[in-house]
Amino acid sequence: MMKDNADERIGVDAMDIKFAAKDVQVYYADNHAIKDVSVDILDKTVTAFIGPSGCGKSTFLRSLNRMNDTIPICRVEGDIRLDGQDINAPEVDPVQLRAKVGMVFQKPNPFPKSIYDNVAYGPRIHGLARGKAELDEIVEKSLRRAAIWDEVKDRLDAAGTGLSGGQQQRLCIARAVATEPEVLLMDEPCSALDPIATAQVEELIDELRQSYSVIIVTHSMQQAARVSQKTAFFHLGNLVEYGDTTDIFTNPRDTRTESYITGRIG
Amino acid sequence: MTDTSLPQNAPRGSNSILATDARTKKRNAAEKRFRALGMGAIGIGLFFLIVLFTTIIRSGAPAFTRTVVDVQFTLTQAQYDEAEGTLFKTAAYADLFIAQLGEILAEQDVAADFDAESIERTLGKVGGTLREFYRANEDQLDQPVNFSLATSSRVDGYLKGRVTLEGIEDSRFLMASDLDLVDELQAAGVIKSEFNWPFITGADSGVDNPGGAGIGASVVGSFFMMLVVLALALPIGVAASIYLEEFAVQNRFTDLIEVNISNLAAVPSIVFGILGLAVFIQFAGLPQSAPLVGGLVLTLMTLPTIIISTRAALKAVPPSIREAALGVGASKMQTVFHHVLPLAMPGILTGTIIGLAQALGETAPLLLIGMVGFVARGYPDGFLTGFTEANSAMPAQIYTWAARADAAFYDKAWGGIIILLIFLMFMNILAVILRRRFERRW
Ligand SMILES: Nc1ncnc2c1ncn2[C@@H]1O[C@H](COP(=O)(O)OP(=O)(O)OP(=O)(O)O)[C@@H](O)[C@H]1O
Ligand SMILES: [Mg+2]
Repeated sequence: MMKDNADERIGVDAMDIKFAAKDVQVYYADNHAIKDVSVDILDKTVTAFIGPSGCGKSTFLRSLNRMNDTIPICRVEGDIRLDGQDINAPEVDPVQLRAKVGMVFQKPNPFPKSIYDNVAYGPRIHGLARGKAELDEIVEKSLRRAAIWDEVKDRLDAAGTGLSGGQQQRLCIARAVATEPEVLLMDEPCSALDPIATAQVEELIDELRQSYSVIIVTHSMQQAARVSQKTAFFHLGNLVEYGDTTDIFTNPRDTRTESYITGRIG
Repeated sequence: MTDTSLPQNAPRGSNSILATDARTKKRNAAEKRFRALGMGAIGIGLFFLIVLFTTIIRSGAPAFTRTVVDVQFTLTQAQYDEAEGTLFKTAAYADLFIAQLGEILAEQDVAADFDAESIERTLGKVGGTLREFYRANEDQLDQPVNFSLATSSRVDGYLKGRVTLEGIEDSRFLMASDLDLVDELQAAGVIKSEFNWPFITGADSGVDNPGGAGIGASVVGSFFMMLVVLALALPIGVAASIYLEEFAVQNRFTDLIEVNISNLAAVPSIVFGILGLAVFIQFAGLPQSAPLVGGLVLTLMTLPTIIISTRAALKAVPPSIREAALGVGASKMQTVFHHVLPLAMPGILTGTIIGLAQALGETAPLLLIGMVGFVARGYPDGFLTGFTEANSAMPAQIYTWAARADAAFYDKAWGGIIILLIFLMFMNILAVILRRRFERRW
């Protein structure tokens, strides 16, 4: 199956670059968290970011939708282009960017509002629905895609914060897909999920790949191998290796990658 | 030396969870001591609170009752026409009243001896009161009418124990013989004590009439001031806090502003008073003693309190909520108004109400803008004039009363404090209710 995916990509979308990052540096005050990272993220592809804890996966992911802007001590340098346009250009409104580049955060962070309002919030502020019925439809569809509909369909008015950790994470996924982003950044979306929900989320990721670009940070090698076509291995702020998932896992070029995926570092 | 070596040295029992070991005992003892300390602290606090309240209630209670003489009085048409025909009309009414009062006392077998002067000293200008009533209600002629006549404050004080027979010197206000009359009236059962509504609803009276002084007008003054404070301090304070907390970049300048706001919170209120006098009255030409000016001064005073508590409330909202909103493409303003502000609301409201309560009890700045020491004669005519017409405010009124010579005003001051405390209590209860309401949402 993995092989199929790779072939499909090469045949159809090989030249379709969604994100082009060049010489990206990220600093937290004096801490140089991302060093010289250059990577091309493809459209209609799932890209996995792997690497030991603290190597900068989240940091790099957050610089793709300018979430790092919200951290005062954080500084991003270098060139990041979405569909060829510099996302850090002064005329770019980060709000517009984030509507196109959705994000699921590492820690589940539902709004302290009802489940319905959590999902409906994005479509509401972007005016995606023309009326209550349409909004209901979006909410249901998003919750179904996030594999949580059956659990919450009877209590859409209940507080989103009252769900279990795994349910909250899926609610956040539903919230992110409800706005129909072009790129979905997922920071360890399955870290709190049981195998069944994980399988459902992976199914969603695979489905999203038909139309979007998905970047997923994961600590599970198996998951990376299962869902992604491209894999990037980060280590101590460097992008050590980037390539087809099959190659990375079967034939890593760098010794650090090899030791990591075989469980010797990290 | 590691923990693993312990079980070998220690008796086996110490390893059981049923026996408490020495360390745990020590920790439990420390906890017990701390609890006792805390309870002691609360006990001391409660003790002083109780002392405070009993003193206030004991001293203030007399202000809430007043002594009246209940007399059934009948005036015939003929008597009315005759009295209106004389030169000293009110004196004629007074004579008629004295005659009927004498009859009532005689009926009760109380021998009394009094004249128009002693009646005036104990009951005020009865003739005028009666004449005014009958001229307004001619249909009440020829039938018995019940009159409740307020006694003078000294007689009131005599019955409340403030004035004693030994303590008085004969004066044009009260003679020792008047107290005999009071005793006789009491024996006849026409004197009684009732709730002093005029104290709650009335306006201040002159220095020579403590009995008629009420706090109502100054309650209205305080109310208008609070309206001004609420209308200005809440939006300005919340807007400033939101800007500083959510939008402003962190730099030297914002640090400076932050330090200055903290400093403002510590500035003595009298400084705001003199600032108000200079800016609002002398420079801007706003009217003296007006609730508008008082409200403006108190706004200056309340702003730092509101800003500090609002910023604390905004800070307490977890950053993950902001990230979540920004992550789905909400603008900064949407993030703040849809998510952060509702979560910060309980804190903001609590801070605002505490600020208002502080402002309600503030006296010093009002001294300087002339809301103290004059007689607020009545209610404002309309809503808008309520802001601009000279008025007093509750704490200023209390201060004025406390400064007056007549001991009867002293009671009034304590009574005013009770009213003020009731208002403050209501505001604090409101703060608690609002906080609960907004917190219960999730
Ligand atoms: N908000 C922040 N302020 C300061 N330093 C930060 C911040 N967030 C991350 N860092 C630093 O940046 C580096 C990379 O962190 P990042 O969160 O990107 O790691 P990660 O690869 O996502 O790790 P994990 O797998 O544990 O989530 C770390 O050294 C961390 O200390
Ligand atoms: Mg991370």
